[in-house]
Amino acid sequence: MSDEEDDIILAELSDDELVLQMHDDLYDGMKEEIEEGVNILLGRKWQPYRVLTEALVAGMTIVGNDFRDGILFVPEVLLAAGAMKGGMETLKPLLIESGAPRMGKMVIGTVKGDIHDIGKNLVGMMMEGAGFEVIDLGINNPVEDYLEALSREDADILGMSALLTTTMPYMKVVIDTMIEQGIREDYIVLVGGAPLNEEFGKAIGADSYCRDAAVAVETAKGFMANKHNQLPAG
Amino acid sequence: MKMGDQIVSGNGLEASDNNGRILLLACGALAHEILTLIKTNAWSHMDLTCLPANLHLYPDRIPAAVEKSVLKNRAQYAEIFVVYADCGTGGLLLKKCKELGVKMVEGPHCYSFFETNDTFAKLAEDECTAFYLTDFLVRQFDAFVWKPMGLDRHPQLLEMYFGNYEKLVYQAQTNQPDLDEKAAKIAIRMGLNYERRFTGYGDLETTLHQVAR
Repeated sequence: MSDEEDDIILAELSDDELVLQMHDDLYDGMKEEIEEGVNILLGRKWQPYRVLTEALVAGMTIVGNDFRDGILFVPEVLLAAGAMKGGMETLKPLLIESGAPRMGKMVIGTVKGDIHDIGKNLVGMMMEGAGFEVIDLGINNPVEDYLEALSREDADILGMSALLTTTMPYMKVVIDTMIEQGIREDYIVLVGGAPLNEEFGKAIGADSYCRDAAVAVETAKGFMANKHNQLPAG
Repeated sequence: MKMGDQIVSGNGLEASDNNGRILLLACGALAHEILTLIKTNAWSHMDLTCLPANLHLYPDRIPAAVEKSVLKNRAQYAEIFVVYADCGTGGLLLKKCKELGVKMVEGPHCYSFFETNDTFAKLAEDECTAFYLTDFLVRQFDAFVWKPMGLDRHPQLLEMYFGNYEKLVYQAQTNQPDLDEKAAKIAIRMGLNYERRFTGYGDLETTLHQVAR
């Protein structure tokens, strides 16, 4: 049997088969196949938001669960994320055009003195996939950058990331400055990063420590739902 | 005592039965350095046991592994000293050591205490784009960095992991031209500038001197 006969022709699959195949391709980090799959579904008149949620986010959820359960490891998750990013590049402008549901707006960045952005990028991408608008400040952010972006963007959520034991205390500097300026309660503050833990998150006054990208998404959704519930009726 | 890095990386090192009064419970990545210091200073009352160095791939597992070893060994020693810094445990190792009533090395990680914690703290702001290697990590680079990060299988991830770094700093504990040459080649592989800094044993040595008294 030749290799050609083994190849799966994505365009020949039914919608359901294609979505399942895209979950497999995401799992295997196959960026080109994901990009092709996204374009096929869009060509079949799927709404961009449906492609995002049913093909990409659902696939990445499987990846996230297997990472959490120790079945997949960081390199494989990064490959999957790279594949999802490929699909997102096509979908992102279409999602904005088509007025897909917006869950809220998040400013996210790695703290001052820290250049590690893998976790932050994963969270940003999964938040976008869940319908949040994400303003990514990149790496090595001083407190001024966070506060300026929160105000400028009228954001709901601040996400801070750190990989180093030496840089994670800077999150408290940011939160303390927000308290000093009387704006702490205006934002939901989520923190994450390899050396962090729940205890640290509580100690510095964050609203929540998020163990991974999937937890960050669920936590953000929960806080936003509570926020909406607290808004005055009318 | 002769010992390969393989032993300390995979299975750890059991305490020898020499009735040492003080047990050093260390990261396997420090075994060579600690044994050298014990020999050089004739600390015959100090014994060494090591946990596998690859615990660093899962820092959240370090406190429990230290606790297990302390509980296993404490009856045989007057004192146990933990030769780990925080090492990515986010303060949990210090908390565990306090619970167990044992002391540990100060500082965030070995890159800091080899440089000395004060010096490293001063350098940190200007050097946040530096990737550090010690003697151990230069020797074990493929086993501890390249392969666990999947770079042997997926070289396209290099940019994602190290794209924000600018230079590789080899903190040399000893003067070994072959390690210098290897570290320089690693820097080329990673696309980083290269700098070698001789640190010696830094705060590791001064701390163990205090413990040995």
